[in-house]
Amino acid sequence: MIRIGVDVGGTNTDAVVMENTTFLGGAKSPTTPDILTGVQNAVTAAMAEAGTSAGGVDAIMVGTTHFVNALVQRKELAQSGIIRLCLPSGGSLTPFADWPADLVSAIGGQFELIDGGYEMDGREISPLDEAQLLRAVDSLLDKGCREIALSCVFAPVRADMEKEAEEIIAKHRPKVSVTASREIGRMGILERENAALINASLKPLANDVVAAFSSLQGDLGLTCPLFFTRNDGTLIKASEVRRLPVLTFACGPTNSMRGAAFLSGLKNALVVDIGGTTTDVGEVRDGFPRLAGTSVSVADVQTNFSMPDVISIGLGGGSIVVPGDQPSIGPSSVGHRLLQDAVIFGGQTLTASDLAVAAGRAQMGSAPAPDIENMAGLLDIMDQTVADAVARSRTSGEEMPVLAVGGGSVLMADMVDGLTVIRPEHHDLANAVGAAIAQVSGEVSKVVQLDDNLDREQAIEQITEEARQIAIAANADPKTLNILSKSDVPLAYLPGNNLAISVTVVGDLNTGVSQ
Amino acid sequence: MTSQVKFNVDTKALGRIAQGGAVLGAGGGGNPYVGRLMVQQMLGDDKTVPVIDIDTMGDDELILPIAMMGAPVVMIEKFPSGNEIPNLVNMIERLMQKKVSAILCIEAGGLNSTIPFIAAAQMGLPIVDGDAMGRAFPELQMVTFTLGGINATPMAMFDDKGNGATFDTVSNQWTEKLARALTIEMGGSAMVGLYAVTAKQCREYLIRDSLSMAHEIGEIMENHGGDVTDALAKRFGGAHLFQGRVRDVERRNETGFSKGTVTLEGTGDFRNSEAVLSFQNEFLAAEVDGKTVATTPDLITLLDANIGEPVTTDMVKYGLSVNVLGLPCDPIWRSEKGLELVGPKYFGLDVPYTPI
Repeated sequence: MIRIGVDVGGTNTDAVVMENTTFLGGAKSPTTPDILTGVQNAVTAAMAEAGTSAGGVDAIMVGTTHFVNALVQRKELAQSGIIRLCLPSGGSLTPFADWPADLVSAIGGQFELIDGGYEMDGREISPLDEAQLLRAVDSLLDKGCREIALSCVFAPVRADMEKEAEEIIAKHRPKVSVTASREIGRMGILERENAALINASLKPLANDVVAAFSSLQGDLGLTCPLFFTRNDGTLIKASEVRRLPVLTFACGPTNSMRGAAFLSGLKNALVVDIGGTTTDVGEVRDGFPRLAGTSVSVADVQTNFSMPDVISIGLGGGSIVVPGDQPSIGPSSVGHRLLQDAVIFGGQTLTASDLAVAAGRAQMGSAPAPDIENMAGLLDIMDQTVADAVARSRTSGEEMPVLAVGGGSVLMADMVDGLTVIRPEHHDLANAVGAAIAQVSGEVSKVVQLDDNLDREQAIEQITEEARQIAIAANADPKTLNILSKSDVPLAYLPGNNLAISVTVVGDLNTGVSQ
Repeated sequence: MTSQVKFNVDTKALGRIAQGGAVLGAGGGGNPYVGRLMVQQMLGDDKTVPVIDIDTMGDDELILPIAMMGAPVVMIEKFPSGNEIPNLVNMIERLMQKKVSAILCIEAGGLNSTIPFIAAAQMGLPIVDGDAMGRAFPELQMVTFTLGGINATPMAMFDDKGNGATFDTVSNQWTEKLARALTIEMGGSAMVGLYAVTAKQCREYLIRDSLSMAHEIGEIMENHGGDVTDALAKRFGGAHLFQGRVRDVERRNETGFSKGTVTLEGTGDFRNSEAVLSFQNEFLAAEVDGKTVATTPDLITLLDANIGEPVTTDMVKYGLSVNVLGLPCDPIWRSEKGLELVGPKYFGLDVPYTPI
């Protein structure tokens, strides 16, 4: 099976061609303002190096920063409002709590609380009122909302009412686009609503992005299925990205970590990915990134979808270096203008790449390395910055290798925080490799009440089966399904045996499937 | 006598109290984050809650402790309607034939460190600097007021649907039992007003200044990262009991409580040592290499070694790097009667109380 993996980063767009587990070829190209030109250049070059024809490609997998960039820059976000099925409960904490003010104004900050919701054991708080629901929809539309998110109290326990509300809206307001919270987040309504709102605000952009990639596919003569990579290192169909763009949000760090592990042949390692502007540090366990335990802040909003536990710092190959009495490196960066602005490329700006070349750690550029005042001091700052992030990513004093990947990894010393640094072959294309090897997953998280007819093992088995079915529906090969994570936590402070069970399974992509 | 304001709590100070409350939660009591957001919604940008000293209150002034009862996990999914607290205050005032002068925090640890601020903000009342646990405990009778013979009832309970109930019981243990059962019917969580007391009645049994302490803990945490354990131990006469990585978590659910043990493999100064922490919602005992180093009612708190944030018993997981902080409980708990109520024996642990 031949796959093309693409990673659109802030500075560079990378593409690789892989045949099963063999690297056939790869290329790097600067990310262009329109994104697509950069992708086209990288893919064309990678296919040429691999000697692969368009007809021979079985699938193309794309990881892109489009969505997280839009959110961080508060650009191209649709006005979105949320309807929470909760009354009479819920009034003491309304949606958009704890959001940064500028993001609330970018999205509009509109919400409606209406009757509905469940208790934790699945009893109704109150029945859904169709007329009230439609009035809430109309009110949000009147206030300028283009997209609507929907949440229901305890939807992770019982999904019926949220589903019913979706159906009512689809029937009576067929043009309205709805994001349902249960499809994105887990237990914790505020974080789930936040994720749903962010998703809603990104949907129009997602439509454009998918359409653009599809037409690009046509230009490249590729007729194979198109997938995007998800935050957890697995795949999502292009058609699903239009509905759930938020699931692809943090795929960049995930792809680079998985790619690094794959390229090094190691299952457990720390990964340092140094790009043009930022460095991401995380840990890979059994080939997958360690996930953040509870909620994760995305552009200063708390969300609770599965995300890798990554520490990001403002250091990259393009980071601006200030020598002298108060030396500093970053966080400002020349970014994608590295090849014009850095001294070693004939420019005027002193960057971290210039420092690395001057110190003999790397050889690149078209002009000689500059003489840098207080070079030892600056190198020390750079090494200490990376070492701090590595130390924070470690969960123990256990010896484990550090995999250095990304175009900026030449900045790194050979040891960091007392650990040996390994630079795997093709390390500068690790994220595209991670995209190419992405698998398919199914995740279910539910509260189950145990009784005489259902013990703990049976309940976990039941949830695991649900997760397997979700993965199979997403084109996983049933024969390759494995349990990636499994947890069960009894709900404290309540009698009765209530278990919160979460299961994630992963498997290889089934080839020859339709989209 | 007019009560004197010690300090005013705005949303920023509240954030620190919530952080401190999480440390005082000793691994339980629920996450104060949601409570903090509810107070923020109530306070807006410009309102504050005055914190007062009980000694500046008149003897006959009525103080009403407010708390959330039930499963904190319910509180991250289903929020109160906002009518519970006015309902509670009205009900108590009717039962006691007296106006409420101030709100009190019954449990300075966990979610209930922030809930009373909602009541104070909503009702425009001050809040007394102190509490009746000095930490978090799992059961309603586990308060210093029980030692003073103060009855939890008349107690009022309201749910998000508007249902209310009052309790009149023969002991605080009965209150716990009956209220717990009703909480389930109400959907797993409810707001309660209980242990309504006059300033004179509770002066002797109040654990003083716990809100100030929570605020100070929050401040210390702001100024420290992973090294916050030693700073807290030093400031509050506690001990850095252990440093290690979580090697095993064993959990079971018994009679509505999450019980189990956490095993830590030592790192740093504790390399080659092993610690076992047992918990029932909160951490109850810490053993290092088979020797008990701390037990309830002293506080045993886990702090994330990287970022210094408290780790609750339902969040703790394999691989996490943690520091174990021991803090001494209020002296009142170290009395014979105190230990009978909240000591290791009550929780079924076969170890003597080992003061920090």
